[in-house]
Amino acid sequence: MNVFALDFPPVSHLFVWPDFLFTDTPVALNKTGLIYIAALLLTAGLFWAAGRRRSLVPTGAQTVAEVGIDFVENSIIMQTIGPDGRRYLPFLTTLFFFVFFSNIFEVVPFIQFPANSRMAIPLALALVVWAIYHVVGIRAQGFYHYFKGALFPPGVPKALYILVAPIELLQILLIRPLSLAIRLWANMVAGHLLLVTFAVLSAALWGTLYVPAVLPFAALILLTAFEIFVSALQAFIFTILTAVYIGGSLHPEH
Amino acid sequence: MLALISTILAQIDQAESGLSAIGAGLGYGLAAIGPGVGIGIVVGNAITAMARQPESAGVARTTMFLGIAFTEALALIGFVVFILLLP
Repeated sequence: MNVFALDFPPVSHLFVWPDFLFTDTPVALNKTGLIYIAALLLTAGLFWAAGRRRSLVPTGAQTVAEVGIDFVENSIIMQTIGPDGRRYLPFLTTLFFFVFFSNIFEVVPFIQFPANSRMAIPLALALVVWAIYHVVGIRAQGFYHYFKGALFPPGVPKALYILVAPIELLQILLIRPLSLAIRLWANMVAGHLLLVTFAVLSAALWGTLYVPAVLPFAALILLTAFEIFVSALQAFIFTILTAVYIGGSLHPEH
Repeated sequence: MLALISTILAQIDQAESGLSAIGAGLGYGLAAIGPGVGIGIVVGNAITAMARQPESAGVARTTMFLGIAFTEALALIGFVVFILLLP
């Protein structure tokens, strides 16, 4: 592709990585897979290190873990589900940290690839969430009352149910998991493309005596900071939407 | 004659990829209008709420991020279509 008369790598080259381990087997590994394994080990290692020597005055990993758990409990669960959502705290905390760690590799030097810009794991996580909120709803309200509450929300004029019920059915079966996955994936794709565009611009103008050449580099630094914010924000939004869906299945509307 | 036909076909090919590039750009631009206005309304009203009742700023902020997430989904679907349409 050609952007501002510069050679810009085609989009597929930015996101498709060749296998380099166990090639031609079903367990072939590429960069994306390695980043996910690293994110998994980081999440598990953080909480393992935090729980190994528990002290009253937290230090190191314990501080991070306690701040994270406190954040998920007070800013996510209490605001959306309520006190009876505390039993979902381990799941939501793990989800938050896993999504955050696999996003943050976008700005780690020499790796610089957000693993969630490939659709597989966001979709898998969204399907896990999809299964969990249905199971929670059916267990809390019973099959009939769960689907009746979801498809026929109270306070709607009777005639409008012809329109509302199909939309709500589509919403809980298809739109919720798809929008959850697409939101995370597309944000990471957009962020990666933005960083690559400005990196290509800076690299092309590097070493020229053209003074405004510092502008794309300054924008690259600012955008890197912005992408750190976006990584945390998308992890937060993924977790809070999960909590909202679980809360919706747990407490029917009246 | 054959050479002429193949050049014409190549030109049609090029014109089609150019058209899909225009379509991709226009599609994303149109898809960004509504969510842009929507996120503006969401954040503006959240700021009004926080300024009026600073003690409920926490709830307002959480709800604001939820509203942004729902509104933004439309812009992101437009972005996905943009990538799919790229020649």
